[in-house]
Amino acid sequence: MEEAYRKKRLDRGIKARADTIFAVASSKEMFYLLLPRALPVVGLLVLAIVLDGYRAKVLVYACMYGLLALSWDFMASCGLFSLGQSLFFGVGAYLAGAMNHYLHWPPLVTLPLASLFGGLTCAALLSTVVRLRGVYFAMVTLMLPILIMKGIETTGILGGSHGIASLSPFPNDTFATYLAVIGFLFCLFAFRRIIHSDYGLVLMAIKDDDRAVMSGGINIYWRKTQALFISGAVGAFAGAMMTHHYQFLGMSAFALDYSILPVAAVALGGQGSFAGAALVSLILVPLSEALRALGGLRIAIYCFILIGSLIVLPEGIFHYLARKYHQFERTVEVK
Amino acid sequence: MSLFIYGLINSVILALYAVGFSLTYGISGLANFAHGALYILSGFTAWIFINSAGLPIGLAAVLSITVTALLGFLFYWVLLLRVRGIPLAELIVTFAAGVAILELLMWKGFYGIRYSLQPFIRGGLEIGNVGVDYQRLIVLSTGVILVILLYLFVHHSKIGLAFRAMAQNERTALSVGIESDWIGSLSLAFGSALAATAAIVVLPLGMMESTVGWEVLIYALAVAIVGGLESTLGMIAGSFIIGFGQVAAAKYIGPKWMIIVPLATIVLVLVAKPSGLFGKFKELEERV
Repeated sequence: MEEAYRKKRLDRGIKARADTIFAVASSKEMFYLLLPRALPVVGLLVLAIVLDGYRAKVLVYACMYGLLALSWDFMASCGLFSLGQSLFFGVGAYLAGAMNHYLHWPPLVTLPLASLFGGLTCAALLSTVVRLRGVYFAMVTLMLPILIMKGIETTGILGGSHGIASLSPFPNDTFATYLAVIGFLFCLFAFRRIIHSDYGLVLMAIKDDDRAVMSGGINIYWRKTQALFISGAVGAFAGAMMTHHYQFLGMSAFALDYSILPVAAVALGGQGSFAGAALVSLILVPLSEALRALGGLRIAIYCFILIGSLIVLPEGIFHYLARKYHQFERTVEVK
Repeated sequence: MSLFIYGLINSVILALYAVGFSLTYGISGLANFAHGALYILSGFTAWIFINSAGLPIGLAAVLSITVTALLGFLFYWVLLLRVRGIPLAELIVTFAAGVAILELLMWKGFYGIRYSLQPFIRGGLEIGNVGVDYQRLIVLSTGVILVILLYLFVHHSKIGLAFRAMAQNERTALSVGIESDWIGSLSLAFGSALAATAAIVVLPLGMMESTVGWEVLIYALAVAIVGGLESTLGMIAGSFIIGFGQVAAAKYIGPKWMIIVPLATIVLVLVAKPSGLFGKFKELEERV
């Protein structure tokens, strides 16, 4: 008879020990727990100091895409799959740009206001279709940014197809870089915290079985609208931040890039962990900047990466790495 | 009168956009987000067959429809088969493939005034006191013929019956020997072929651009959502509501407002009847 083998995975000893209160008993276990959490914080803050000029701009860029990816992941956690994350980005950008251009409010005022009202606007817009799920919801989200873009183009409001130039910038570039990095990190850890709280559990339950949640006496549409507000506000923050950083507001805020890249980041990184989305957007964005010379081919390449990764590594990079970190594998004979 | 004629033509165009999408979705539950891209792609293959290979228009049309159908078929076996059954992954793969096609065409520089299909016959005639060109009449008749042919095909041919069986109940269909992947790939091939047919008759009316690809997808989605997916009657009704709504909006409020119509209709329909106008309760469970 042919010998058969299978892979067996076991938790590492340090993982088992660090799971409990005993983690505080030894520095090794504390380090084991802290390393994956401290690494992105320290890494990004150091990068924010070290990098300057163009590289700092790329870092800001990566953080903004990272925020969009996080907000996508948050929506996906309650079963709302969006193909139009650029809606959030664009709404935030236009709100901030309009407040700055017409009312001459400084960026530090427009930024929080645009996030708040951007979240409200997006939640209001999408709350009409919050009863849809899965593919149907995705269809509507795909349509919205394109329709708004066409609306702006045809009616010529808010600068029309030319956009509005010379918005006021942030006090200085270092400030902008820090704001982006801190916003990104805050959002990452806040989302991870929220999703494991009772509130987040309800959201995840909606994704798994919305009828069960309904029978528990919870209004799932209201919860979904709340989730839309949260991720809308995060996306709008990214948009508002970007428009001030570039000092330009245009229809490109609703561009396809802002919808594709978050989906790509989450699909590559692994859905539901937030860290995966954050990690991959920090890899993909600099990569995409390097590919900028290719022009239009860039997005096509993204799409190929996206399709390839979905087929080859469906669980996502982060889940893979986390498994390697927490567990070891060996081959055992099947008896 | 002009409202009626142009509304009718506009509705038929929308129905042509949507028919392939809703066929594929109705049979295999596969939302093909690459629909618009396939539409534009088949326009270009037709252009290449006509202008580079010098083929007559009829042959070029048949060839490009075949090529697109084949592409849809391969697309299923090469990519979609591996992610079948995971709705999110299916959605992302078709969407990404669609974007990739459109961006590759753009990168190749395939857009612009040079790349446009000629109308089959130039000129036009007057119906009542409204001038209509022949191409629009061809669109109209193609739409009608296609719907009739599709009805006959689905109700009276073996593959068509297998399609319906798969749409009604996949497991029972499996148990009588209808293979799910085979039918799934055929449905995608048919959907792509219908997109190509629509492209060849409708594209001479306008430009070939990547934005048109998105437009086609959006209108197909809007029609499908309004009418209720997988319901042919619903699809026709949906395209007539949106088609006439658009022409009326353009005439009485202004052409700017045409784009608002599909979205407004969707919202209204969803508020009143979430499963779409002709959707069945089965869909209600799936989508709401």
